[in-house]
Formats: sequence, structure tokens, C-alpha cells
Amino acid sequence: MTTTEVAPPPVRAGAAAPAVTVRGLVKRYGATTVLDGLDLDVQRGECFALLGPNGAGKTTTIELLEGVLRRDGGTVQVLGEDPARAGRGWRSRIGVVSQGEPAGQALSVRETLDHFASYHARPRPTADLLDAVGLTGQAGVRVRGLSGGQRRRLAVALGVQGRPELVFLDEPTTGMDPVARRQFWSLIRELGAAGTTVLLTTHYLDEAAELADRVGVVSGGRLVEVAAPDQLGIPLRRVATVSWTEDGTRRRVHTETPAAVLRDLLAASPHGEVPGLTVTRPSLEDVYLSLVGATPAGDL
Amino acid sequence: MTTVLSTSRPPSAARIALARTALELRLFSRERQQVAFAFAYPLVMMVVFAAVLGGDERPGDIPFAQYFLAGIAATGIMLVSFQAVGAAVSAERESGQLERLQLLGTPPVAYFAGKGGQVLVTTAAQLALLLPLARYAYDVPMPVDLAHWVAFGWVAVLGALAGTVLGVAVSALPGTAASVTTGIAALALVLQFFSGVFFGFLELPGWMQQVAALFPLKWLTQGMRSAFLPEQAGAFEVAGGWEHGRTALVLAAWVIIGLVICVRTFRWRRTRG
Repeated sequence: MTTTEVAPPPVRAGAAAPAVTVRGLVKRYGATTVLDGLDLDVQRGECFALLGPNGAGKTTTIELLEGVLRRDGGTVQVLGEDPARAGRGWRSRIGVVSQGEPAGQALSVRETLDHFASYHARPRPTADLLDAVGLTGQAGVRVRGLSGGQRRRLAVALGVQGRPELVFLDEPTTGMDPVARRQFWSLIRELGAAGTTVLLTTHYLDEAAELADRVGVVSGGRLVEVAAPDQLGIPLRRVATVSWTEDGTRRRVHTETPAAVLRDLLAASPHGEVPGLTVTRPSLEDVYLSLVGATPAGDL
Repeated sequence: MTTVLSTSRPPSAARIALARTALELRLFSRERQQVAFAFAYPLVMMVVFAAVLGGDERPGDIPFAQYFLAGIAATGIMLVSFQAVGAAVSAERESGQLERLQLLGTPPVAYFAGKGGQVLVTTAAQLALLLPLARYAYDVPMPVDLAHWVAFGWVAVLGALAGTVLGVAVSALPGTAASVTTGIAALALVLQFFSGVFFGFLELPGWMQQVAALFPLKWLTQGMRSAFLPEQAGAFEVAGGWEHGRTALVLAAWVIIGLVICVRTFRWRRTRG
């Protein structure tokens, strides 16, 4: 067999081809439609966050991209192949940070990593992995004795052990305390810095804003918005709320031009003072809640 | 580096099977309860039954301990294969271990082979403890010649493999790991009574004998008797002989049937809903 320098690159037509392309993805469980025509593009080297409330279809989307669920409609390409048909060669190019138990609680961290090394063609050395996830000090500790945060870090080490091009993380920090969460974030950032494409799901807005290059908001089985975190819901965020007290009742005006409203208010007030005056713009959180339908847009 | 991708193929199923066998053995050896149960259960059975029924004799003037050793060896093999594997697989499915293997692209056959390897080693260790006890504490004669040892060997191996694949197969039954484990234990207990592990097989009612003949445990027990009992005791079997050919055929058939069921019904994850 010749080496790859000679052979033409297989399906990977150009490094610019997206890591993930999804069109019209549909998944049903019985009479329940979980995904209803979801479209998604994830570029190579990007960190993309699927953001949405529980039950929005995030996990189902990830499982379809991992090729462990059968879809009911639409097309999916992950690293140039259809996950529903892809083989072990394709699988070795993706990594999954799984919440499941590794290989038995009675195994130490080092033994766990050494064992799973034999599933990969070119595993990263155990010592490097331990160092990268900050578990060198716990190498000899059995999995049963690890804290929740340490277990998640071991899961990351296992997820990247085979040097994947694309890593999936499904709600990686759910249930973590704030300190562990921040440590975990820097770990994910390092993945991205190394050029790995990262697709994560989360229901925490701050997590998506912190980690992702782009955020896709999932609601009702569709992607309702895709934007950089600071661009999320721009049209919604343009609307400010001016409120004040007049004759003992609270008055409220939604407007894209709050300055003009203020000028009118000040002009109309005889003493130059408007009681209880506030001008607010929706926070990122408000925008998100509105996007996923938790609050009507008019209430922002 | 841009040329490193796709150069290297994932490791072969055989290599993963070897790694899994080593893993399974290491995990087994660290679960003290499991080790104690697997190794002590046959010994305790031997001691208890010999103490209670030690004076009895079985058909053909065979001392009870000698007749019963075959039953204990068989039931011990079923314990570490069928029962232990069924419980382990459903627990591994529930804890997400199997899901991880699926995501790694593990060939299912490599996973089954790892279980089989662990069961064979455990079975050997279990028998290596049981036989000396029977020999030195209860004066049970060991297989008389090489032919009898060979029979003992292939019966044990086929029995352990049939138990393993059937254990994997029943782990696919619906329910939690706890309920599947209980169901398997109940099935194993009933099968032990039906298959003449605790009694002389001929003392059982005919319909029970016929039901038992469908399952591997009866044949495993009979095969063990053929290794430990004197030649003339074969006259007291249902067919008037040891039926080695049929024993091999039934056990091998169960290995193949079990493997087909495994491949067809094996699930890495719990079903949803």
C-alpha cells in the first residue's frame, strides 16, 4: 500500500468542506416529532454550540450526527460521509465526550486510558492525555473515587484519545459546580485552539457565549437562529423599553428609538423630572428565552 | 501536519478482543463479591450436599459425592458463564459502557470474544479449586484416563461458551439491569432442578427430563458425569449410554444459535421510552 501523500485524498474534497452539513433533518419517536426539518452547517475548526431548552432536540441531533440513531428524513454529511452508513474508518475520525461510565469503576484512571488506547490506530500517549486534562495527580485513583468534575475530564481525555477531527460534547457541564465548570471550559477552549472542530450542546446561555464561535438556537425541532454569541437576537435587542410613573400608574413603551421617546417625555414634564424613569434593553438571556418561545417577544 | 489522516486503519477485532479479555479479567478479579461467589459457591455446595446426603448412593452403587461432583461442576460453569455474563452485560448497558464501545466503533464480536475469554479463564480457575476439594476431601476419583480428561475438557469449554453467548442473548431482555439479573437467576435455578444437577436425572419425571433436554445444562451435566463416573454407570442414563455425539451436537448447536441470537438482537444502548 502506498502512503497517503501519493494517493489522492478520498472524500475530503478540500479542507474547506464543512465538517457537518445537515438539511431538513427529521426524527420522530412514535407520534412525537422531535426534529422537524433542522438545517445545520458547522465549519472546520469551528466551535459550534447548539443551544436550547431540555427537550428541544439537541441530544437527538447529536446522536443522529454520531450515527447511533436512524433518522426519518433529510440528509446528513459528517466529515464527508453519511453517519448512518459510515464505517469504523469514519468513526475513528470523530470523538465523543460521553457521559457514560468508562470501563468499570474498579479501574484506575491510567488503566482506563491505557485500555481504550487499544481501540485507536494512533492513540495519544496516556501521559499527554493525563497532563492535558489535569489528571496526572489522579492517574492511580480508581474511577469510583473520582469527583464528578474529574470524571468529566477523564471523559474528555477519552473523547480525544484517537486524535479526532471532530468532537461532540453533549451537555458537558450539566450539574458541575461553578469552579469545575470554568476549568472545564478552558479544556474545551484548548481543543478548539488545537484546530479540532467542536460541536457541543448546552442549555446554558453563558456557556454557549463563552465557548462558541457560533451559536445555533434549537426550538421545536428546528434551528431558529444562528449567529455569533454577541450577534444573537440583534433585531430583538434593538427594542428598548422606556418606563416611568405617571399619575400613580406605571407606563411602558417598547421602541427602537428610545432617545426620541425620552425627548418627548422630558418636554411634556413641567418640572423637568420624570418619576421612576428607566430605559432597559433585553439581556442576552431575555433574547434567548424569547427565541425558544419561553417569553413572547413583545414582553422584552 | 496534514497528511496524517486516513493512513492508519483501526485495530483489528482480534486485538480489541484480547484487550477486552485482559480488561474483563482485571475487573472480575477486583469485584470481591463476584470472585467469592463464583469460586466459593461450588465449594460450599459440595461441602453442604456431601454433609447432608453423603451416605446415599446413586444408581450403580456410585457414592453420592462422585455423582454430585458432575452436577456441581456443570452448575458452576453455568454460574460464571450464563448468569454472570447476563448480569454483567445488562449492567454495562445500563451504565453507558456499551454506548461508549459503540461510539468507538467496537466490533460486537470483539466484545463477545472478550466475555468468552474471561469466562474460559474463570471456569478453569473455578474447576481447579473444585476438583482438588472433591478428590482430597471426599475421595472422588478423577477422570480415569486421557480420554476421560479430554471429554471433561471439551464438555467444559462448549458448556462455558454456550453459557456465554446465551448470557449475552438474554441480557437483551427488556427491563432494568436489576430485573434482568433477577430473571436470569430464577431461570438458572429452575433449569438446575430440571437438569438433574441436584438429583439423579432418572429420578425426575419424564416431562421434566424432556424439557431439560432442550437446554444445554442437562447435556453439560451428563457430559460431566461421563468424565467422572465409571463406564458402566452410563447404563443408568436415559439413553442407556453417555451419548457423547449428541452432547457435543446439542452444546455446539447452542453456541451457534446463541451467537446468531447475539448478533441479531444485541443492542449497545437501552431502548428509548
